[in-house]
Amino acid sequence: MAYLELNNVYKTYGQGDYATEVLSNINLSIEEGEFVAIVGFTGSGKTTLVNLINGLLEPTSGDVLFKGKPVMGTSHERGVIFQNYSLLPWLTVEQNVFMAVKEAFPKKSKSELNDIVAEYVEMVSLTPAINKRPKELSGGMRQRVSVARALAMKPEMIIMDEPLGALDALTRGNLQDEILNIWGKDKRTALLITNDVDEGIYMADRIIPLRPGPNATLGPEFKIDIERPRDKTEMNDNLNFKETRNAIIEYLMDIGNERKSQAMEEFVLPDLTPKDFVNQFK
Amino acid sequence: MKQSITLGKVTKFMGLGFLSTFKDLFTGKLEKEDFKNFLRKVVVPMASILLFIGLWFLGARSLYNVEAEYKIQKALTDQGPEAAEALRACIASGDTSCQPNTLPSPSQVWDSYMSLLKDHQIISADKAAFAEKTAALNEKRIANGENPITYTGRPSFVDQIFRSLQTVFAGFLLALLIAVPLGIFIGLSPTLKSSFNWFIQIFKPVSPVVWYLLVFMIVKTLLIDSNEDSSFTISFISVGLCSMWATLVNTAMGVSSVDKDYINVAKVLKLGPFQKVFKVVLPSSLPLIFTGLKITLSVAWMVLIAIELLAQSPGLGLFVWEEFQNGANDSNAKIIVAMFVIGVIGFLLDRLMLTIQNAVSFDKTDAI
Repeated sequence: MAYLELNNVYKTYGQGDYATEVLSNINLSIEEGEFVAIVGFTGSGKTTLVNLINGLLEPTSGDVLFKGKPVMGTSHERGVIFQNYSLLPWLTVEQNVFMAVKEAFPKKSKSELNDIVAEYVEMVSLTPAINKRPKELSGGMRQRVSVARALAMKPEMIIMDEPLGALDALTRGNLQDEILNIWGKDKRTALLITNDVDEGIYMADRIIPLRPGPNATLGPEFKIDIERPRDKTEMNDNLNFKETRNAIIEYLMDIGNERKSQAMEEFVLPDLTPKDFVNQFK
Repeated sequence: MKQSITLGKVTKFMGLGFLSTFKDLFTGKLEKEDFKNFLRKVVVPMASILLFIGLWFLGARSLYNVEAEYKIQKALTDQGPEAAEALRACIASGDTSCQPNTLPSPSQVWDSYMSLLKDHQIISADKAAFAEKTAALNEKRIANGENPITYTGRPSFVDQIFRSLQTVFAGFLLALLIAVPLGIFIGLSPTLKSSFNWFIQIFKPVSPVVWYLLVFMIVKTLLIDSNEDSSFTISFISVGLCSMWATLVNTAMGVSSVDKDYINVAKVLKLGPFQKVFKVVLPSSLPLIFTGLKITLSVAWMVLIAIELLAQSPGLGLFVWEEFQNGANDSNAKIIVAMFVIGVIGFLLDRLMLTIQNAVSFDKTDAI
């Protein structure tokens, strides 16, 4: 039996005539210790899928099974890293992490909790900024806090919802490595949702494309057979990498074209040029 | 890193940033950009104040002339030319017995202000003397279990200001204690929201006067056995009930519109209901709650005058009413003094709330 299993999951928003089926017939199984990436276009229902797995949403029909038991609400066993960091702006880095740790280990003493907080803040190398508030941090640092917060609860599975989507390419690369490092230490099960195929290939064992919604469903999976630890620069020359990458992109492009051909109406864009603000006052 | 607290930061924090340009002016650190700021923030407002006083002066003078001419004409038709001539001379001489009663000029208002202050000094000296005289006797009375003798003389203008402030803060506190918890409950529960909505919609627009009458009806019966003066109780409860709506509505809105991300965090961390409210919902709705409290305080201060007037509770409202009834020749000027004092105190209360708000809530624009 798989660690996480989704069987014939459907998710519909709204009711009656206004119902839109966002996800249909999702089947997914993740083994313990596996790193799986789900790749999809924006608006294809990725966040809905994540929320079904972490327990923020309930499926309209079908089962979401975690360790063989149906998911009922959120759980400390599944840590979540949100796309928009979701740090509480009125708390410092330390307080943000502490709040999570305190909830996860209610029986531990305050000094033990503080040790855990310090350990994980150190792990994401934010110790110098531990007393800062989120607004004083850069985007990358904020996401690190979010990573620390999720991991400090010592979840058995990490669910990442486009965690690096809003970051610049350099920070992105660094954080990918950091997450992989931390993941490599105790090999927790991980699910990464992303819109970046390269990121998926670099980080995951398996990539599953999500066909765009409405009625989004999972496409065929692609296994990534590249030795860990992976090296970004070397990977670009790796034949396996190139093939997988091309296959996935081709698959996604085909879906895109398919969708385009289904659209009956064609919209003509108006012929507009932006106003020239620079020369206006000369 | 510890941030140092400087005068400039404090004034900026209180929304009085223009004061720091003053400091720069005297310390000679003013640069061109600062000079422009200085012009905009200090010189221009000063000029507009002067313009206001000038217009006021001219307006008051022309009203004075109209009133004087009317009086003389009336004397002419009623009593003949001699009486009219006598009145004209009397008005011109500045005799207080025959001055036209109209909008006072700025200088008259200033004089009244000074005389009110002097009056306060006299009364407080009187009070101090009284306290000294009765100190020994009061000690004995307290020792015997009797009530001490208290000063029952006329309150001065400054005493009345403090009395008004007491009333307004008591009312504000009442509004805070009712509206914030109630607003939180309403915001958290859609059921409560729909059951309270009609209540809020109907009672929100009720006029202060009607609130006063309602409170009067209830408090009068509740305190039927008491011999104490209930006017203070009645007026602060009315002030509280009139002004609490802004806080109630804002709190409910703030609590029900907490960013969905924060709620998701609370769910993922599995915070308990108590923790969720105090760690997530309340901090995130603090800016809106404070906006409500700020409106509440200014509304409280505004309705206070009307309610004191009705309740005959000592304070600025009663002062204004008594001066109006009094009809002495400096009464109008005293009313204008009271008007300015009310305005300035209202402004200061608003700044006070802004300062507290800045101190306790995070900056919403920098959120996430």
